[in-house]
Amino acid sequence: MEAKRQIELNEHIIEIVSDSGEGAQKAAVTFAEASAKMGNGLWTVELIPSEIQPPPHTTGAASGNRIRLADHTVSNAGDLANVVMAFNEMALLSRIEAEALADDVTVFIDDKWATDEDEAIREQYARILGDVRAKGGTVYEVPMETETLQVIEDPWRGKNMWVVGLLGYLYARDMELLKAIVAKTFRKKSETVLQQNVALLERGYAWGEAHLDFQYHVPLNPTDQPQVVMNGNTAIALGAINAGFKLCSMYPITPATSASHALAEIMEDFGGMVHQAEDEIAAIGVAVGANYAGVPTVTITSGPGMALKTEIQGLAVMTETPLVIVDVQRGGPSTGLPTKIEQGDLLHALWGTPGDAPKIVIAPSTIEECFHIMTTARRLAEEFRTVVIVLSDANLATGQQLFARPELSVESLPPPLDQNPVPPGTRPFEWDETTGLSRRLIPGQPGGMSVTTGLNHARDGKVKYDYASNQEAHRMRSRKLAALHRVLKPPVVYGAESGDLLIVSWGSTRGAIEEAVDKARGEGLAVSALNLQFLNPLPPGLKEIFARFGKVMTVELNYSDDWGDPLIDAETRRYSQLATVLRAHTLTDVDCWSRVPGRPFMPGEISRVIQAEMAHLAGAETLSHRGANLPSGARS
Amino acid sequence: MTTLEIDEFVDNQCGVQHYELEDYESDIPRWCKGCGDHGVLLALQKLLRDDQVQPENVVAVSGIGCSSRLPHYLRTYGFHGVHGRALPISLGVTLARPELRVLTVMGDGDCFSIGAGHWLHTLRYNPRMLVVVLDNEVYALTKNQASPTSMAGAITNTTPRGAYLAGLNPLSLILGVTNVSFLAQTATWLPVHMEDTLRKAWNHNGLAFVRIMQRCPVFMPNAFGADGTPFPAVFLQNDDGIAPNKGVLRTAPVEPHDHRDLHAAQKMALREDGAPMGLLYHNPDLPSYGEVRSARIKPVNNEELMAGLNAQLDKYAVQ
Repeated sequence: MEAKRQIELNEHIIEIVSDSGEGAQKAAVTFAEASAKMGNGLWTVELIPSEIQPPPHTTGAASGNRIRLADHTVSNAGDLANVVMAFNEMALLSRIEAEALADDVTVFIDDKWATDEDEAIREQYARILGDVRAKGGTVYEVPMETETLQVIEDPWRGKNMWVVGLLGYLYARDMELLKAIVAKTFRKKSETVLQQNVALLERGYAWGEAHLDFQYHVPLNPTDQPQVVMNGNTAIALGAINAGFKLCSMYPITPATSASHALAEIMEDFGGMVHQAEDEIAAIGVAVGANYAGVPTVTITSGPGMALKTEIQGLAVMTETPLVIVDVQRGGPSTGLPTKIEQGDLLHALWGTPGDAPKIVIAPSTIEECFHIMTTARRLAEEFRTVVIVLSDANLATGQQLFARPELSVESLPPPLDQNPVPPGTRPFEWDETTGLSRRLIPGQPGGMSVTTGLNHARDGKVKYDYASNQEAHRMRSRKLAALHRVLKPPVVYGAESGDLLIVSWGSTRGAIEEAVDKARGEGLAVSALNLQFLNPLPPGLKEIFARFGKVMTVELNYSDDWGDPLIDAETRRYSQLATVLRAHTLTDVDCWSRVPGRPFMPGEISRVIQAEMAHLAGAETLSHRGANLPSGARS
Repeated sequence: MTTLEIDEFVDNQCGVQHYELEDYESDIPRWCKGCGDHGVLLALQKLLRDDQVQPENVVAVSGIGCSSRLPHYLRTYGFHGVHGRALPISLGVTLARPELRVLTVMGDGDCFSIGAGHWLHTLRYNPRMLVVVLDNEVYALTKNQASPTSMAGAITNTTPRGAYLAGLNPLSLILGVTNVSFLAQTATWLPVHMEDTLRKAWNHNGLAFVRIMQRCPVFMPNAFGADGTPFPAVFLQNDDGIAPNKGVLRTAPVEPHDHRDLHAAQKMALREDGAPMGLLYHNPDLPSYGEVRSARIKPVNNEELMAGLNAQLDKYAVQ
C-alpha cells in the first residue's frame, strides 16, 4: 500500500450527524473513546433533537455528536467543524443552518441519495452539496449504505460502524482498540451482531484506505496520569455519591434529568435512593424534610423547576436547613429552549426568593469541577446551615471531557449523624453574634426538642413578630455570607494581573474564553480573563483586580441589550446578569457582551469581541461585531 | 451468663424515664377559645404519653393555617413549613429516618386545596406517618374564606352571597387512590372516639389518614350541625375497628362495616345520608414506602462506598 499524504494538524473538529435513531451518537462515542485512549485531548458534545421521533430526513431529525480532537488539553467544543460525516443531506443542512461548519469543511456523505427514487430528494441533495462546494468545501460521496448492505440487511443498524471504520482510517486509529470498544459496546448482544459490527468497522477502514489518498494526523500526547471521560451530569451524580448524599429527590426536567438517571442506576448500591416526586415543589419539600432529619439530600432541576422551588428555598433559608440544589440551566424564560444552553438563572438564584433570603451560589466551570463541587456544596450547606445553589448548564451536562481521575478519600463524606443528647433548653438557633453561625439540632437528639418554623423566630425558635427580633434574625442570616466571604481566597486572574481588558465569566464559558484570551495574548494584546466560581458571596478583592485593567467586561450566555440598539442608552440598557451584580458590588463600570445562541460560545467569536473591544479602546469609533454602530459617548 | 455493668444496671432498673402528659406540653396554645384544635392537641399528647413515646423521636410537621400551629404546642421536634407542603416534608423526614415517628397536621385548605397534589400522591406512596386533617370547612387564619369542604351556600368573605358549589368529599377521593391503606373519620366533639381513632391510626404501619371534623367558633361556628340543623352521622361497627362512642351524637345509628373491603369502604365514603364515623378502610398488609424502598438499598460503610465509587470511575477510565 502506497504511503498516504499526511495532513498535519494541531486539532480537528468532527461532526457525525444522522437521522435520530440511526446511531451517529454511538459512532461518535466509540470513536471518541478510542481517541481518548490513544492520547488525544478531547471534548465531545451531543447534538440532540428536541423531539423523540421527529420526522426522518428533515433538519429537525438530525442527531449526532461533535468531537474536538487535539494534541493538547481541550476545554471547550471549539469553533467551526472541519469534517462532517453526514448520513443524509438534511442532517448536513441542519449543521449548515446552525452555522457550525467551516467554509472549507470536508464532508463525507452517503451517496445513496444521489440516486434516490424521489426526484425532490435527488435535487435537494445536489443543491446542498453544490452549496458546500461553492463556499469552498470538499465533498466525498461515499457508499455508506451500499457497503453496509454487504454485511447486514438493515442499514439503519450498521451504517454507524462503517462510518467509525472510515474515521478510523482517516485519523489512523488503532483498529484493535476500536474492535475492543465495539466488543464492549455490544457485549450484551449476540455473537453474530458483534461480528457484523466488527466487519462493518473493517470495511469502513478498508474503503478509506482503498479510495482516499490522505490521512489526518493529530499528534498524540498520552499522559501517565489516570484520566476519566464523562459528561457533567454524570460527574455531578458521581460527585454526589462522593460527597455522601444519601437521597436525591427530583422531578424530571431537561437537561437536568440525566444526572438523576445516573444516580438512579447506582444510588441504591451506595446506601441511598432517588425519589421521583410528584412535582418540583414536592421534590424540594422532600429534600428539606430529609436534610432537616440529618440525611444529606440533593435536589436536581433546571430553570422552570427553580421557579417552582422558590418558596421552599425561602423556607430552607429561614429554618436554616442545609440544602443543596443543582440547577442545570437551559434556555428561558418559560419553556424556552429546553435542550439548549443558557446562563439565565443567576439573578433568580441570587434574588428569586421573596424577602431577604441570602443563599450561597456557586458555579462549576469544567466537568471536573462538576464532580468536586458537590462535596464543597454539601459542606457549605451544613456549615452555614443554608441553601447552596450549584449552577451548572446544558453545555457541561452534555459535553464530555477528559480530566484527571479524582483521588477518592473518605474525607469527602459527612460525619456520622449526630444523635448525642444536648442539655435540656439548648436553643435551636444559637447564633454566634459575629458569624451568624449556629449548631443545628437534629431530630432524635435527646433534649433538643424544639420547633423549626418559617415564621420569624428568635434564638429559641419561638415565633416573634417584633421589630428587634426580626432585624436580629435577618442580620444573623446575612452575617453568614460575610463570614464565608472572609474565608474565600481572591480569584486568580488568567493571564497578566493587569492590562487593557479583563473578561469576567462564570460557569462553562470559561474554556472558550480562556482559549480566546490565549490567542489574543499571543497576538500581543493585553487581555486577561477571570472566572468566578463563587457568585454569592463574591470572592474578596474584585474591585482591586478590576482597577488594574483599562476596561472590565463580562461575557455571558444570557440576554443583555446592545449599545446602539434603538432606545438603548445608559439609562435604559439592561446588562447581563453577572455584569449587573458586579456593577452593584464593585461600583465599577463593568460592561458586558452577552448572547443567547442556544449553543456554547465558540472561541473564535469571543476573539472577535476582544479584537473589537481592543480596537475601540485604541480609539476606533465603532464596534462592528455588535451589529450596530456604537456612539462612543454612550459608553462612558 | 453475662453480668450487667453498674451503669447498665442503673439505666435498666432506675433510669427508665417515665413520661407524663406535661412532658409533651410546650407553649400555651394561642388558638381561639372554643376552637376544636385544643382537643386534638390534648388527644395527641395523651396518645404519646400512653405509648410512652420518647419525645425526641417524634417529628410533628405542619403546613400553614390555624391547625398548623400544633407543633409549636407539642414538646417534640416540630417543623412548621409552608402552605400545602407538609406532606413532602414529612415524607423526607420518614425516608431519611424511618426510626422516627412522623405526625403530620394540616387544615382543609392546606391539604385538600393548595396541597392537593401532594395529598393524593403521598397516599399512594404510603409512607409510615400519621396524617391528621383538622377540617373546619373554612380558611380561618386568613380571616374567613371558603375552603374546598365549605358547604354550598356557606357565607364567607369570598362567598358573601353563599358558596357556589357542593363541598368536596375528601373521603371518596382518598379511597380512589391506589395503595391507600388507612382512612378514619372522627370529630372533636366526640373526644373519646377521637382518642380511639388516633390510637388506631398511630399503630398503623403506613399512611394513616384521619379526617377530624372540628368547628371554627369565630368564622364557621355552625358547621356540622352546631346550629341545631340535623347533622346525620353513622357509626361504623366492627370488632377490629373503632368502638362506636356516640357522645353527643347519641341518636346516630350504628352500622356494621367491613373496613377490609375497599369497595364497601368506597360506598360508605360516598353515602350522603350520614357522615361515616370510625374506621372506613384499613389494609395492614401493604408495605410502607420506606419498606419498599429500603428493601433494595444496600447498606455500605464509608470504605465500601469509596470502593464502589472507584469501581464506578473505572467505567469512565481512559487509562
